[in-house]
Amino acid sequence: MDISKIDHTARELTVRIRRYDPERDDEPRWQEYKVSADPMDRVLDVLLAIKWNQDETLGLRRSCAHGVCGSDAMRINNVNRLACKTLVRTLSGDTMTVEPILGLPVIKDLIVDMKPFFDHYKSVMPYLVNDDPPPTTERLQSPEERARFDDTTKCILCACCTTACPPFWGNQRYVGPASIVNAHRFIFDSRDQAAAERLDILNDAEGVWRCRTVFNCSTACPREIHVTKAIQEVKHAMLTGSLESDRPSQTGHGGD
Amino acid sequence: MNHYHRFDCIIVGAGGSGLMAALESSRRVGTAVVSKLYPPRSHTGAAQGGIAAALANLEEDSWENHAYDTIKGGDFLVDQTAAEILCREAVEGIYELEHMGLPFDRTAAGRISQRRFGGHTRPNPKYDPNAAPGTDAAKPRIPVMRSCHSADRTGHMILQTLYQQCIKQGVTFFDEFHMVDLILEDGECRGIVAIEIATGQLHVFHAKSVLLATGGFGRIFKVSSNAYALTGDGPAIAYRHGLPLEDMEFYQFHPTGIYKLGILLSEACRGDGGIMFNKDGERFMERYAPNLKDLASRDVCSRSIYQEVRAGRGINGKDYVYLDIRAETMNKYKSSPLHPGQDVDSAWVEKRLPDIIEFARTYLGVDPIREPMPIQPTAHYAMGGLPTDVEGRVLRDVSGTPVPGLYSAGESACVSVHGANRLGTNSLVDLVVYGRRAGRAMADYAAARSFAPLPSHPETKAREQIDALLSRPRTEPWAKIRDEMQVTMMENCGVFRTEETLTKARDEIAALKARYRQLGIQDKGSVFNTNLLEVLELGNLLETAEATVAAALARRESRGAHSREDFPDRNDHDFFKHSLVYSHNENQTSVVYKDVDVIYVEKHGERVPKYPLEVRKY
Ligand SMILES: Cc1cc2nc3c(=O)[nH]c(=O)nc-3n(C[C@H](O)[C@H](O)[C@H](O)COP(=O)(O)OP(=O)(O)OC[C@H]3O[C@@H](n4cnc5c(N)ncnc54)[C@H](O)[C@@H]3O)c2cc1C
Ligand code: FES
Repeated sequence: MDISKIDHTARELTVRIRRYDPERDDEPRWQEYKVSADPMDRVLDVLLAIKWNQDETLGLRRSCAHGVCGSDAMRINNVNRLACKTLVRTLSGDTMTVEPILGLPVIKDLIVDMKPFFDHYKSVMPYLVNDDPPPTTERLQSPEERARFDDTTKCILCACCTTACPPFWGNQRYVGPASIVNAHRFIFDSRDQAAAERLDILNDAEGVWRCRTVFNCSTACPREIHVTKAIQEVKHAMLTGSLESDRPSQTGHGGD
Repeated sequence: MNHYHRFDCIIVGAGGSGLMAALESSRRVGTAVVSKLYPPRSHTGAAQGGIAAALANLEEDSWENHAYDTIKGGDFLVDQTAAEILCREAVEGIYELEHMGLPFDRTAAGRISQRRFGGHTRPNPKYDPNAAPGTDAAKPRIPVMRSCHSADRTGHMILQTLYQQCIKQGVTFFDEFHMVDLILEDGECRGIVAIEIATGQLHVFHAKSVLLATGGFGRIFKVSSNAYALTGDGPAIAYRHGLPLEDMEFYQFHPTGIYKLGILLSEACRGDGGIMFNKDGERFMERYAPNLKDLASRDVCSRSIYQEVRAGRGINGKDYVYLDIRAETMNKYKSSPLHPGQDVDSAWVEKRLPDIIEFARTYLGVDPIREPMPIQPTAHYAMGGLPTDVEGRVLRDVSGTPVPGLYSAGESACVSVHGANRLGTNSLVDLVVYGRRAGRAMADYAAARSFAPLPSHPETKAREQIDALLSRPRTEPWAKIRDEMQVTMMENCGVFRTEETLTKARDEIAALKARYRQLGIQDKGSVFNTNLLEVLELGNLLETAEATVAAALARRESRGAHSREDFPDRNDHDFFKHSLVYSHNENQTSVVYKDVDVIYVEKHGERVPKYPLEVRKY
């Protein structure tokens, strides 16, 4: 395709941003900005244009600007997304609303406290455990064994999934989808030896059974990880005590 | 004061190099990692194509081949002992990462999979010096599969794995703490000062040794593959304290950035068989690098693209060319690693380069499975940085005097293993090898001594700087200064340079620095004041830009990534040397030179260089 044919006609947008400055506001408030945006702009570009040209006090996190670092998860038109991975042309209407993700305490404007999220993540032993002395070269792993957990290695810990999850909104002690995804990544790694311990942790009252298979997490994931499927595989392993891939996922959950 | 912490070792930066060092030093002594980003947000996670090590899993290879390529790739401005250490220790470094759990792609035999990358070669077993030019036997060296990979998300896997191991090992982290100053007293380093971003409070970290692992500074340029957070904080703060920066004139432009945005499309695209074309559909690299073609080193490819554009052969007469990774193109040119034995199909391409394909679809609106991608060179990697020795110790002068207690590793450091031009996949391995060495050395240093006293109120200077920014009225948007800096650096200190353009850049940077000193900001708050942080980062970018231009003006030759159109040849007689730039007060700089480390060997009873200088051709 010839990129000179891509439509760059500017769109006049009203951007409504949920703002909160703990040093000035008692309550969160909405603030509106008018901007002119290229349809190929990222929402992040629009927010930074506001911050740099209109209102330097706007607070948000960002780093990589292309969807790999997980800094800028936010609710854009009521859906959790990465601002840097959402193009203006994919949004309809001439008003855009931007809010912080739900379920984590707001520090300022679009910035939430990520500590509870990372604490949950750390609680599921998100690291390889293998106490055998390693060989002098690499441990062997077949391409099939490697493929078994490929999907869940992609997680960038942005929290889009966990903060889109109604059970998590209701109960923030629930470890949440992201933690289960990261447990899955090791449970199904042929080199790991701590699957039983992780399954034990997740069998807790605040573990996988809180999941109500709402599928919000899978829809929200900017890396297109099949989050619900991973959670189902973990539940299945718990119920059968086996990591074999008589996978419930293969019986098909449409939309995941 | 309340916000006082004491650790044997403080590591600033939680990218690959910082975390690797932390794993080492925290095994030995009290260690904390201070990072302005949550560790998994570091830009190491954006690295795509792979990490080099001569494992020889798919083809014959040796660390000696790797060392030769590294030295040649760096246009001979590489410290040779450091390069040999890099390539030798790379092999065990990769195995160690695998043992930590890194999910490398696998060969059919279950070993770590490897792919080709630019400038990585081995001797051609069929080489015949008398062969007809252009034939396979006429090539002395041929591409080798040396880059260990996990699809095109290798950096993500490295960063995640190291962070996971740090959690397992219980490493202490100060997440979202932004270093604003180094504490240097009696010529040695005794700690750092950092802002706790969530509260705006200043914290003093008292330490016996400090590692600066703050990454690159690609944001001095308009089009860059670097994250917003890559603002050269470590080097800039040291430079302001009178320490030198080495080889700053060598800044790498990666040939294949997404047009206008600069987002990287990994060299793995070409390693796996992708080809660049001009508007006439010509594979132009055949003219510039007849042997390695699209797999020539990055500096060569980036210059070639600029030359095509200048000759009016950019697409639509514009400033970009095409990168084509379609299976049909690879099959036509027999360019994939499966050739000549086998053709490839789209499924194979999607499996090897999933993220690249997604980036193109999302940000360009182009589907690379069906059409070529518009690309242009993008500012990518700083070969220069804080001068260090092979233990990561920061050096203060041409004779190599260390600054006691101060270390650096990763992109913020210059060991120098990349010389005038880094080979792809050699940065990640630099993080692993030299991050580990620095972590060990700083821990040994700390274990052998007690805490030296801090000056009273070490945070005063930072406090004053911040208070001034908060109290001054806002004269102009700070972002205007940044934009002007990025434009002048791109236009006047980019892929091609001359005395005239560099002088212009120097004067403009000086003027921007003067404006910067008047700057006030809008956000006067304490909580998560990103306005303040961005302005502090701009101050650091201006310092690294100044040093880059000063070194580029002084080097009147062309070598590696530094292309002076007014001095088009390499001049080994005068410039086979590393530069060191020092800052003196506001805009005064000076440049001095130190020798390149050369290894000598005995040959026929004579002492000769092991890697003799040669004209670099690909
Ligand atoms: C898009 C892209 C793709 C790449 N692909 C490859 C590849 O395939 N192979 C390869 O070998 N190389 C690749 N590179 C190069 C390589 O990834 C980087 O050079 C390397 O990751 C840098 O690692 P680092 O540890 O030095 O710093 P980074 O990973 O950049 O981390 C810097 C750290 O410093 C912290 N920090 C910075 N300033 C401060 C401060 N003031 N206070 C506190 N903390 C601070 C940050 O929070 C961060 O944790 C790529 C680079 C890019 C941009
Ligand atoms: S800024 Fe990195 S994911 Fe959006």
